[in-house]
Amino acid sequence: MENIYLTIVLAPLIGAIIVGLAGHRLGRTLSHSITILGVTVSTVLALYVFNHHVLQGAQVFNENIYTWMQIGGLNMSIGFLVDNLTSVMLLVVSFVSLMVHIYTIGYMQEDEGYTKFFSYISLFTFAMFMLVISNNFMQLFFGWEAVGLVSYLLIGFWHHKESAVEASLKAFLVNRVGDFGFLLGIAVLLMFFGTLDYVETFTLANQVNGQTIFGDISVITVICLLLFIGAMGKSAQVPLHVWLPGSMEGPTPISALIHAATMVTAGIFMVSRMSPIFELSDVALTVMMVIGAITAISMGLLGIVQNDIKRVVAYSTLSQLGYMTVALGVSAYSVAIFHLMTHAFFKALLFLAAGSVIVALHHEQDIRNMGALRKKMPITYITALIGTLALIGFPGFAGFYSKDMIIEAVHFSNLPFADWVYYVVVFGVFITAFYSLRMFFMVFHGESRLEQHKEEHVHETALSITVPLIVLAIPSVIIGYLTIEPMLFTGWLENSIYIDASAHGSLAALKEHFHSAFGLMLHAIVTVPFWMMVGGSLAAWVFTLYRTDWAKKIQERFHRTNYVLKSLYGFDRLNDIVFVNGSRKLGEFLWRISDMTIIDQFVVNGSARLMRFMGSVIRPVQTGYLYHYAFFMIIGLMLVLTWVLVVGENPLIQLGS
Amino acid sequence: MESLLSLLIWLPIVGGISVLVIGNNRSDLARWVSVAVSIIVFALSLNLWAGFDTSTHVMQFVENTPWISQFNINYHIGIDGISMLLILLTTLSTFLVIVAGWEVIQNRAADYMAAFLIMEGLIIGVFSSLDAILFYVFWEASLIPMLLIVGIWGGQNRVYAAIKFFLYTFLGSVFMLVSLIYMYIQGGSFSLDVLNELPLSLTEQSWIFWAFFLAFAVKVPMFPVHTWLPDAHVQAPTGGSVILAAIMLKMGGYGFFRFSLPITPDASSEFAMVVIVLSLIAIVYIGFVALVQKDMKKLIAYSSISHMGFVTLGVFALFSVVKMGTDGQIYSIAGGSLEGVYLGLEGAMIQMISHGFISAALFLVVGVLYERLHSRDISSYGGVINSMPKFTGFAVLFALANAGLPGTSGFVGEFMVILGSLQANFWYAFFAAMILIVGAAYTLWMVKRVFWGPIVNSDVSTLSDINTREFFVLAVLAVAVLAVGVYPQPLIEVMHVSMVNLLEQALTTKLPVAL
Repeated sequence: MENIYLTIVLAPLIGAIIVGLAGHRLGRTLSHSITILGVTVSTVLALYVFNHHVLQGAQVFNENIYTWMQIGGLNMSIGFLVDNLTSVMLLVVSFVSLMVHIYTIGYMQEDEGYTKFFSYISLFTFAMFMLVISNNFMQLFFGWEAVGLVSYLLIGFWHHKESAVEASLKAFLVNRVGDFGFLLGIAVLLMFFGTLDYVETFTLANQVNGQTIFGDISVITVICLLLFIGAMGKSAQVPLHVWLPGSMEGPTPISALIHAATMVTAGIFMVSRMSPIFELSDVALTVMMVIGAITAISMGLLGIVQNDIKRVVAYSTLSQLGYMTVALGVSAYSVAIFHLMTHAFFKALLFLAAGSVIVALHHEQDIRNMGALRKKMPITYITALIGTLALIGFPGFAGFYSKDMIIEAVHFSNLPFADWVYYVVVFGVFITAFYSLRMFFMVFHGESRLEQHKEEHVHETALSITVPLIVLAIPSVIIGYLTIEPMLFTGWLENSIYIDASAHGSLAALKEHFHSAFGLMLHAIVTVPFWMMVGGSLAAWVFTLYRTDWAKKIQERFHRTNYVLKSLYGFDRLNDIVFVNGSRKLGEFLWRISDMTIIDQFVVNGSARLMRFMGSVIRPVQTGYLYHYAFFMIIGLMLVLTWVLVVGENPLIQLGS
Repeated sequence: MESLLSLLIWLPIVGGISVLVIGNNRSDLARWVSVAVSIIVFALSLNLWAGFDTSTHVMQFVENTPWISQFNINYHIGIDGISMLLILLTTLSTFLVIVAGWEVIQNRAADYMAAFLIMEGLIIGVFSSLDAILFYVFWEASLIPMLLIVGIWGGQNRVYAAIKFFLYTFLGSVFMLVSLIYMYIQGGSFSLDVLNELPLSLTEQSWIFWAFFLAFAVKVPMFPVHTWLPDAHVQAPTGGSVILAAIMLKMGGYGFFRFSLPITPDASSEFAMVVIVLSLIAIVYIGFVALVQKDMKKLIAYSSISHMGFVTLGVFALFSVVKMGTDGQIYSIAGGSLEGVYLGLEGAMIQMISHGFISAALFLVVGVLYERLHSRDISSYGGVINSMPKFTGFAVLFALANAGLPGTSGFVGEFMVILGSLQANFWYAFFAAMILIVGAAYTLWMVKRVFWGPIVNSDVSTLSDINTREFFVLAVLAVAVLAVGVYPQPLIEVMHVSMVNLLEQALTTKLPVAL
């Protein structure tokens, strides 16, 4: 089996290296064939692994591949832990990645950096595999940062665009803030556990529980909060969410792959993987739940006022990541992973559909300049409809099951603030339906607002684009229905996730109330979230199609609220003023005042002036040539040396003894 | 291979002198001879690794003959895992610098090559001396070629920079000499074996510690004696900057390992806190200073200071992690472990090696640009990727390594030191880890302004991509950076036993045991 796992991980890396180094010589066709072949191999094998572990119930694989570093008793290795959670993640990542690879053939057709792009997305796939398959924190951190690196390179892929380059730097740095916490978390963990290996850590967790740091703060809580800071960076939770909307500057395929389906869910995955530790800290769980709820609602609201098609989807992603974090907070880890999976499919689908529209309109992204595309782009239309229905949680679609389970899990939670969070996530359903359908209607329905010359040329996009849409649409419909029962209730993830059922009973309560996937769908009509969804959808219909002038009136009536939303709550401005300009001013101050004035002018040049004064006494010797200084130095040294050695009894030296 | 070490010291020096004799008029011959010598030396130095016994801390490849017998000064050389790695770094860097300077240096080319060869021999001497006077002679002598390199092939303000460099380093090392002589009078020998065992009171140790500290801190350089470095780098020719950053700074770090810890263990423990605070200031404060630099070389120079802060932090954090009881057992002070100490010590060492590769590469990158446009100002560039895609690939790789990206060598040392120093005190790690943010900020901001974006002026659009020679030099460093990042274990293996011994020395008190 080890070779199979290795092949899954390395196939995309090999493709990335070959195409990265020799892409311009191989040509386009060969380049995309090689990388797609690599990812296909991974996908097929990931299916095999999924069958082997999840369906056949094979033993968990946990072995080191090679020793990265061995210091005394501390082993840091590259190693694989393959259990059901990993198997699910491998399959989701490889499948979405494969679709995105194929889609890219059509999307990047006219781009100069065609081969480079393929190399990058294959490299990303490798990094993501390393992250999910890791059996220790060192490798986790490697994967964690490596996906961030590729994200940086891909956001700034169009390097001639100032805004893209700006966004890539911002994304990297904000992620680094998260990684800062994450690394400290790993360091604290190493100190108290003495190992970086997951399984060893988990077995020691109860022993470490109860130890304290900084006086009387629980070590486990500190570790969990620090690790969660890392998750906040990667999974874009408020206030570290600011990089994600900017990441939309990158080409759309990577928005789908990296900034919707896989990388941004790394934080969710990580916390689920660490469930044996997080279960021990109610403080950390509560913090996660509250931050997740804030993210879910506040980012959803921003989705309503966006007009860039990709940004609407981006804010929707932020909001959905908030939902996943809430699920983590209420100890419903498997529900979070379930939503992660369904979201990966339908959100990748939505992004790729948005990309299809963008390509068809020659890189028009403003939904105010679209409309009535449903007849011209039928495949995109139908698939986008499926994606939207999945996102808003229409009964039966993938997102319905996963989101409903999150809401119910919060309902059953007994953490402090859980009742408040429940209202938030229920209201979030209204918001989700509203912004999703607003965008959907503005793009595909109503009157066409396209410019005349564009209007005539609009047609359905190429096969390489529509085929991935169709393929992704299938799981967006059925995956929730098919997998809810095994994934949440009958044990697919049981060997990966630990829940302290006595303290955190949400999932157990869910299980008690669950009868069948079909029953859940029928029952939906009497639940509040369903009517929230209907309400949101109706509202979207009213504002975008029925009474188009109402939106404007409301904006004017509530211009203050509108201003707050349009300025994205001021996070960007705050960061600019405090962190960007603040650091520059601080650097400038330290450099000019401390380095150049106090140390250099005052101390160094002061002594130099003293030297020069002394030097003026022996002016004739001073020729100003450096060689002479050098020789004087040697001669002087020799003199000092000889003097001291010959006059060994020198009183100066006798002082100490 | 009985006298392999001597060969490594003297072959480049003799080679350098021969190149001087060949003279600037036959510069092509001089170049070929230089590159041949540097390749041979590098190849020979690999034998050190091949023949190295990793199971003992005892010095290897030892040679010991009397030199100035009336003062008991011996030509005593030998290496352990710590010095071996630094010698390899030296031979590799010198080879690369000579290749990199190939056609760039037209003015007095033979002298230039000779200076680097001679300096190589002297620095290998520094890293292999086991006699304090021999060490001191090599230490001071290696300054001279560097001084000449800055002074002759440097920029416009080279005299100021050279004098500043001289003033700092010379003042620093004079006190070291005085303390060496003091110990000679006490112990009757300059041999490190004797000095390591020499009983010294805490007062004596303190004086000696600070004398050493001054010499080594200037070289590292540590805050606040760092201000010579940016000036020296800015004025030095590319090759000079490379050797300065890659190797000469490491002489300071090496000094702490070889002298401060074993000779003055109690004072080191006593004053560890000061060193740690200065290291943290270097990491954070200098990081912010680097952020606002407009000159690329200055930025990299400040970044060097910041990264070298990890070396001193990693070394001195050990005193807050463990201590030795009167029974000779090692005890944890605040819950940290022995592994934590080794993470710090060996992380410091890896950081030195890695910084050798990365800073060398970054200075070469700036050199490539400088040769073409004769400007080091960030604002003269923009959109370089459009005209130099291959070069940009390398530059971005090294920049990311500088920002500590996992998978590159830059990550390994920082990761280890952060993990290790946390076991001493959470806040050490907290401030050290800020380099994750600040280091990425200054490095990638520079990358953004120089390499990405639209082409800013017509000069940039006419840039030609790197030639084969430049490609070769950068590729070698790229391989080194990635190799250490992906598989650091061989380095750890080589140094671990030496570090175990060093820790023992650092924790064993020289004071009479109180009853």
